[in-house]
Amino acid sequence: MDIIVCVKRVPETAEADIVIDSTGKGIDKAGLVFDINEWDNYAVEEAVLLKEKYGGSVTVISMGPEESNETLRRALAMGGDEAIRLTDSAFAGSDGHAIATVLSQAIKPLPYDLILTGVQAEDDGYGQVGPTLAKMLGINHATVVNGIERIEGNTARVHRELEGGLEEILDLELPAVLTIQSGINEPRYVSIMGIRKVAKKEIKVLGLTDLGIKPDEAGENGSKTVIERVFLPPVGEGAEMLEGTVENIAERVVSILKEKGGVA
Amino acid sequence: MDDIFILAEHRQGELRDITFEMLTKGKTLSEEMGKPLVALLLGHNAGKMADQLKDRANRVMLVEDPKLENYNSEAYHKALVNLIEQENPLAVLIGHTAFGMDLAPSLATAINAPIATDCLDVMVVNARFKAIRQVYGGKLNVEVHLKPGQPHLITVRPASFSPEDYSLPGEIVNVASPLTEEIASKRFLEYVEAAAGEVDITQSPILVSVGRGIKDQENITIVQDLADSLGAALSCSRPVVDKKWLPKERQVGTSGKTVKPKVYIAVGISGAFQHVAGMKTSGTIIAINKDPKAPIFNVADYGIVGDLFKIVPSLKEKVKEAFA
Ligand SMILES: Cc1cc2nc3c(=O)[nH]c(=O)nc-3n(C[C@H](O)[C@H](O)[C@H](O)COP(=O)(O)OP(=O)(O)OC[C@H]3O[C@@H](n4cnc5c(N)ncnc54)[C@H](O)[C@@H]3O)c2cc1C
Ligand SMILES: Nc1ncnc2c1ncn2[C@@H]1O[C@H](COP(=O)(O)O)[C@@H](O)[C@H]1O
Repeated sequence: MDIIVCVKRVPETAEADIVIDSTGKGIDKAGLVFDINEWDNYAVEEAVLLKEKYGGSVTVISMGPEESNETLRRALAMGGDEAIRLTDSAFAGSDGHAIATVLSQAIKPLPYDLILTGVQAEDDGYGQVGPTLAKMLGINHATVVNGIERIEGNTARVHRELEGGLEEILDLELPAVLTIQSGINEPRYVSIMGIRKVAKKEIKVLGLTDLGIKPDEAGENGSKTVIERVFLPPVGEGAEMLEGTVENIAERVVSILKEKGGVA
Repeated sequence: MDDIFILAEHRQGELRDITFEMLTKGKTLSEEMGKPLVALLLGHNAGKMADQLKDRANRVMLVEDPKLENYNSEAYHKALVNLIEQENPLAVLIGHTAFGMDLAPSLATAINAPIATDCLDVMVVNARFKAIRQVYGGKLNVEVHLKPGQPHLITVRPASFSPEDYSLPGEIVNVASPLTEEIASKRFLEYVEAAAGEVDITQSPILVSVGRGIKDQENITIVQDLADSLGAALSCSRPVVDKKWLPKERQVGTSGKTVKPKVYIAVGISGAFQHVAGMKTSGTIIAINKDPKAPIFNVADYGIVGDLFKIVPSLKEKVKEAFA
């Protein structure tokens, strides 16, 4: 079973201060810590588990700048066999559609039975690249997969997570793209030693012409959406912010609880 | 030609809320553009649902086929590509749900249509479709426009629009299903319901809810203690379940439970839309987060910016004194 996993390096922004950059169309990324996209970490683990079960190979692919090598090496340390990085100045400003175009061109010549992506990227959150990629390659897909029950012959039995705790089970023929949902497995720990071991492994780098992509198919030109501006979300009615010492705040909360009720 | 289409979403014989949310937005667009609002309904024995949609659109286009009873992307593709080619709508709104996330991107690719996913709002400015999206877990909004092309596919984030009451003189138009044989490459087998757990968080009048900000499984006792002192149930965000720190039955959000307690206390939860959709109608929302820009403060009634490891224990002490 040959498996390809698409991984993205993303900034950790849950706890960081986000600053809009001078173009007004993006954020200032200096000073942010980057890591593998949360969902992609589960996808890499799932690929390695499948390889351990069914044999075969795991190839990890990322479109991104040189720093994305860190993300690829992390995936190699988890058990990936080969790594490919796609990079070109012409890729800048790609939306989900254009990212899928670049990935599909890289994947086309490779052998594969399964392609795994994350359900969504933490940064852009299109939730789009996986199924778009599938259609571009002319293969099956299933999104929000939270379980791969078994693979028999060329059929995979997978669970898709729906809303409210409901799941659906379906059979689909391979090759296929599956977008992997968080919680599907417990991603293994990656040690510094583990990363050191794969430090010398070659990462193949491919650009626009290597991939046979025309300049108008990638980047902003190849995108279906164009960013006009970014802005801070308007604060709804706004919370009343409780300030003061920790004791003062705790006392205020107690009086709110007394007023609003429900305390048993 | 140039109609505004919304794709009705249903499961197990029931229309889903997102359908009515999109219809409400679709009606605004249709009025602004002077184009008919059309609800597309693909299903089996869907007459009852078609009736429900009838006075909410100018037209309901109904494709009946046993092969469309349960969602199958291939079957839906075949039926929709046909319809879209015939009707050439201006826009198609689809929910950004487990259904729409699976269907819309590949559909757009198949018909080479411009698409914007997970949109909080849609508008038409100078004959150009624009959308508002969120990035970085809801910390930033982005305004985009779609490239020219028809139809414009927009996937709509659930709970972005509240359904309004209105009535339109709709008619139901039956469209023959283009599906001739079973889809062999992809087969729906069955639904599985979540197992009922020990605790039903939807029944608790107060919930103390813990998120990834708790950092470690061991620390959960801090929040559990606060919940205990209030007689509240402990609930959580998704990553806490993903890491197996708490069981799935405790998860609040689109893929967990929808809760509506009198008081919801969010501890170390950022406020991603999938979480907020499950708790935003709670009576009073109190959020504790060290990041003053955390999106959870946009839905909270009371906000506390600070370190949960300092605030939660102190709060527990005060609660014990007050409610002893
Ligand atoms: C299809 C799909 C379905 C999903 N369904 C759900 C769902 O049902 N429910 C759900 O919750 N999520 C769901 N998610 C995931 C969702 O997108 C977010 O990833 C998730 O809600 C984030 O959880 P969090 O807020 O706990 O973590 P984070 O976003 O990592 O936020 C942690 C927060 O803790 C704060 N913090 C850190 N340390 C401290 C401290 N010492 N004191 C105070 N605050 C601190 C940080 O500032 C941050 O705001 C779903 C995602 C997808 C794609
Ligand atoms: N630049 C990229 N390189 C490799 N894979 C990507 C890239 N961007 C997105 N993906 C994959 O597509 C998934 C969904 O991303 P998105 O559609 O942007 O939310 C991610 O989880 C990745 O698996």
